Amino acid sequence: MASASETRHIEGRLDISTRESLHAGDAILYTGTVYTARDAAHARFVAALDRGEILPFDIDGAIIYYAGPAPAQPGQVIGSCGPTSSYRMDPFAPRLLDLGLAAMIGKGIRSPEVVEAIRRNKAVYFAAIGGAAAVIAQSVRSAEVIAYEDLGTEAVRKLEVVEMPLTVAIDSTGANIYEIGPKAYLGSHSEENR
Amino acid sequence: MGIRTIHASVITEAVAAMCIEANCVLPQDVLAYLKQCRDEEPWQVARETLDVIIQNDELAASAKVPLCQDTGMACIFIAVGQDVHIEGGLLEDAVNAGARKGYTQGYLRKSMVADPLRRENTKTNEPALITTRIVAGDSIHIALAPKGGGAENMGRIGMLKPADGVEGVKKFVFEALRQAGPNPCPPTVVGVGIGGNFDHVADLAKRALVRPFSMPNPDPFYAKLEQELLEEVNKLGIGPAGFGGKTTAIAVHIEQMATHIACLPVAVNLNCHAARHAEVTL
Repeated sequence: MASASETRHIEGRLDISTRESLHAGDAILYTGTVYTARDAAHARFVAALDRGEILPFDIDGAIIYYAGPAPAQPGQVIGSCGPTSSYRMDPFAPRLLDLGLAAMIGKGIRSPEVVEAIRRNKAVYFAAIGGAAAVIAQSVRSAEVIAYEDLGTEAVRKLEVVEMPLTVAIDSTGANIYEIGPKAYLGSHSEENR
Repeated sequence: MGIRTIHASVITEAVAAMCIEANCVLPQDVLAYLKQCRDEEPWQVARETLDVIIQNDELAASAKVPLCQDTGMACIFIAVGQDVHIEGGLLEDAVNAGARKGYTQGYLRKSMVADPLRRENTKTNEPALITTRIVAGDSIHIALAPKGGGAENMGRIGMLKPADGVEGVKKFVFEALRQAGPNPCPPTVVGVGIGGNFDHVADLAKRALVRPFSMPNPDPFYAKLEQELLEEVNKLGIGPAGFGGKTTAIAVHIEQMATHIACLPVAVNLNCHAARHAEVTL
């Protein structure tokens, strides 16, 4: 597992070879574009697709950040904006992954269907640290609502981020930090835990 | 004792100030516990994750920005002295006006939808979730605990059999934490309610989260159970953010009460590491 000293910098579009080079547990700093979308926006995405409409941004190669930021204070680009629990977007994620979604950023467990869709599409699921919202906001350089403004915090925002701190949670092979991490810890501390 | 009069506007202003303070400044005791967990954490990734969380909490306090974007439901516990007269408006209206003012003026996120199925955001974070008790005295005590959705969703209630006993309760709490895994933003504070009935046990679990960290359960039997549960839970290996490590929970708080001869209700209500809390006596 990578420590902070081994943190890798990644920029821009995540092509397949970049995604394949990422392994569960890797710490990275991402610079590029991410789109915020959470529960209500995902419901609208799927309704739009069902009606044969296009999504508010090009999903092919995109990164979705499961987040609903706090309002920006005067002089701020964005308010605190950590990740929300990803499992609530599980009913929608496989369809978006099959349309080319390159990566998701969130926190917590995903369903077997999502893990399979990640593997099938050689996508990647990143975890941001839940609750580290003030720190994460510092990596956001611009934020613009691009759809569903009526949803308030749940609107879709285009964010430009610089060195956003992330951990590879599920990689393109389906390897999963939420299984590997606890297992590695328990393995190395088995005596204490007996 | 005579009747003391408190104006509704005083309540509104107090609640507004607490909403802002609680969401930006983590209580000192919680931060101290997080630092202690960091120092005692044997796993490197877990130490690094706790470092980021501590850095975040110190940044939020100094910049006066929310610790977490999920500034929560405004869970408010009010103890009204029975020798108090409130003038100038209804108590609940005064509290809701305070939540609206605090969440709006404090640039806090508005996370409440008016209806659970039609789901339109109220855009003010109203209503607050208010629990009121009548107590002795001529003052009003208000405790506020902004509660995020991620940890709240991992709560559980079980109606155990009396024969399940202490071991049954331990197993239920352990299973709740195991199933929650990384989702409630560990390390968590674990609120456990034992006894009462279906609804009171949930209230106990939530009240347990508001108890200061420096106060173990006053009953030594339950204080010991709190320690045992904390040790058990921290053998799960989930660790900070679920990346693995010792520190899955920072503390376990139990609140208990009388129950029926047929019943052993138990509830687990989790708080993320941002165990926010403010209180005031008016």
